[in-house]
Amino acid sequence: MQRTSIKITSEKLDLQECYRFVEDASCGGISAFIGTVRNDTQGKEVTQLDFSTYKPMAIKEMQKIADVTLQKFDIKKIAIHHAEGMLQIGDIPVIITVSSKHRKAAFLACEFAIDTLKETVPIWKKEHFSDGEIWVNAHP
Amino acid sequence: MNIKTLFFGITTDFVGASEIQIDVAENTSIKDFKAVLKKKYSQLEKINSYAIAVNEEYATDDVILKNGDVVAVIPPVSGG
Repeated sequence: MQRTSIKITSEKLDLQECYRFVEDASCGGISAFIGTVRNDTQGKEVTQLDFSTYKPMAIKEMQKIADVTLQKFDIKKIAIHHAEGMLQIGDIPVIITVSSKHRKAAFLACEFAIDTLKETVPIWKKEHFSDGEIWVNAHP
Repeated sequence: MNIKTLFFGITTDFVGASEIQIDVAENTSIKDFKAVLKKKYSQLEKINSYAIAVNEEYATDDVILKNGDVVAVIPPVSGG
């Protein structure tokens, strides 16, 4: 039984696909984190976001996160899907779904997975404004 | 030896390319490689920190480069 689903795509992410992947008769709940493109950053209006990836390495790092999350929490399955390319306001750059027997593990695992993804996976976003663009996090 | 070096995110803008070959001596460590990069591309100092990956895995300063390795310069990530 495959317990992890990892994907990076330039197509629209599919919440149903992530949901169906983790569905399991032994589970009492599924938690999901759905990232969405926000329309402002520090009071400045964002028009769109461009995601670039080091795809082969990003896939490996996402797989590592899924594997570690499975070891660390009492969960059944996990899906981590990330988008690449130009996204508009309201679009979905990332979906993480987790199923578990009891809800607590699913909540914790979901949070751990998104937090780790934001630290380790080689994906970068460039924010576009009406008057320019900036690489996010490049100048912390 | 020539090391294929990939750049991502803001470092692509600094270097003006997403891939270049960098000539280094045998037994060059990641620490040495970073010094070569710094000399070649002073703009890299504009970012606080960047990581290095060798063959798609994060590499620490003590790793020694081998012929055929592919190095990637990984500026602070911002996925999600």
